[in-house]
Amino acid sequence: MTNAAAVSYEQLLNWLRLIDESLIEQRTYLTELDSEIGDGDHGTNLARGAAAASSKVDIDQPQFVDELFRLVGMTLISSVGGASGPLYGTFFLRFSLSAGHVTELTGEKLASALEAGVAGVVDRGKAELGDKTMFDAMEPAVRAFRDNLGQGVALAARRAFDAAAQGRDATAELVARKGRASYLGDRSVGHIDPGAASTCLMFEALAEALA
Amino acid sequence: MKKLINDPDDVVAESLVGLAAAHPELRVDHANRVVYRATPKPHGTVALLSGGGSGHEPLHGGYVGFGMLDAAVAGEIFTSPTPDQIVAATTEIDTGAGVLQLVKNYTGDVMNFDMATELVGGIAVETVVISDDVAVEDSTFTAGRRGTGVTVLVEKIVGAAAEQGRDLAELAVLARRVSGAGRSMGVALTSGTIPASGKPNFELPASDMEVGVGIHGEPGRRRMPLAGAREIATLLVEPILADQDFGGAPAIVMLNGMGATPLIELYLMFGEVSRVLERAGISVARSLVGNYVTSLDMAGCSLTVLRADNDMLGLWDAPVSTPALRWGL
Repeated sequence: MTNAAAVSYEQLLNWLRLIDESLIEQRTYLTELDSEIGDGDHGTNLARGAAAASSKVDIDQPQFVDELFRLVGMTLISSVGGASGPLYGTFFLRFSLSAGHVTELTGEKLASALEAGVAGVVDRGKAELGDKTMFDAMEPAVRAFRDNLGQGVALAARRAFDAAAQGRDATAELVARKGRASYLGDRSVGHIDPGAASTCLMFEALAEALA
Repeated sequence: MKKLINDPDDVVAESLVGLAAAHPELRVDHANRVVYRATPKPHGTVALLSGGGSGHEPLHGGYVGFGMLDAAVAGEIFTSPTPDQIVAATTEIDTGAGVLQLVKNYTGDVMNFDMATELVGGIAVETVVISDDVAVEDSTFTAGRRGTGVTVLVEKIVGAAAEQGRDLAELAVLARRVSGAGRSMGVALTSGTIPASGKPNFELPASDMEVGVGIHGEPGRRRMPLAGAREIATLLVEPILADQDFGGAPAIVMLNGMGATPLIELYLMFGEVSRVLERAGISVARSLVGNYVTSLDMAGCSLTVLRADNDMLGLWDAPVSTPALRWGL
């Protein structure tokens, strides 16, 4: 593995900044998706969490990858609420644990950290593929990242975003089995899952940060 | 949207300011958004904690006080509170005998209370998840039955038992027993509006009603043309009776307003409901009519029927002094 294939702390920080910007920009879009099959607060809650995480990072100025993502995870857990707070918070906490006390990540290490994050989401939310949740976008994205690492992190991240977008779009055909949308039963068909949509934004930001 | 608010993002915080101003017998931690009793209960007594998303007032902050909760944690509107808030409240109210958490069954609430339990050290914590909404038929392929109206009855009955000095394990058993013996079913005539979104939370044509609605406007069993109160009473009672055998037991019945339905209609509905219950051979031992678990400004009501026993009735009648329930003192 050469240094050129490594992802720097600055790139990871930029990833988080881009997620933050995107969540604040897409607040209304996410909230509208959530109004259709949930309780209409996904965009508001994530935008609040993203703003809180950004300002925490500005204040604490962590220097290592694990510190950065632990701070983000803890802030999301303590500021978002609902189910998405614990789920995204757990994602970044597990990411932090896997990444370790370093200032850059190889593509391999980044893939492992993403996988650890997804495993955390499954532990917390007990979702399976096809339940119409964020996991339906997250799992294929992280798998695509690993599968395409041979072509470099930039392309792998691009493929991860494509897979997330496909996963997100495919949730429209699914009947929700988890969370508040599950109460709609068949009436949830035809609507994209808001959690899958926010996860997709996260991988879009990753593709941009690593481009 | 027409609401008595300032900035939509400040609604929860500013409402807690008002609650504190109106009720000197409560103490509000504004940083953590926790409502406490101003005078804590005696050392060695189990403390009761509940909480959840805001927008269901008087649930939960209105039930803090003698005979009910020791603390209520407020989340954003329709959003579970976070683990650090719950940890702060748990630590504050424990008198050494442990803390009983009463949690409504929603994915977010269960996750956040679970995380808090993992984080809080050195305090005995028991959690009872309340799930009483019979509108959810298929709990295998959903997040399970939702916690709704019976929460108020659990908080009242178990709160009274805690004042008697019962221990944590006994109280958890009692809470599960009450939760397991209560059933609820709701109906919405209009949607509520979350201040931050500014638009009705769901679309419901003027000619229709949502039967089996949840307290966040989650859909229920079916949408159908608006019917008269007599027919709606049957639609609410039947699924409850189909789900639980009330044979011969005294029942505690709550007819709850969702926030935008006037009392005149709630009493009218209670009249209809009690007639249907009577026909089914159910004796209404105690009743409660009013706005107890609301859903912002949703119009409609929910019916909760609890199959009680003498222990529960005695605890129901025991003195209580909270902003929303007050008797026997």
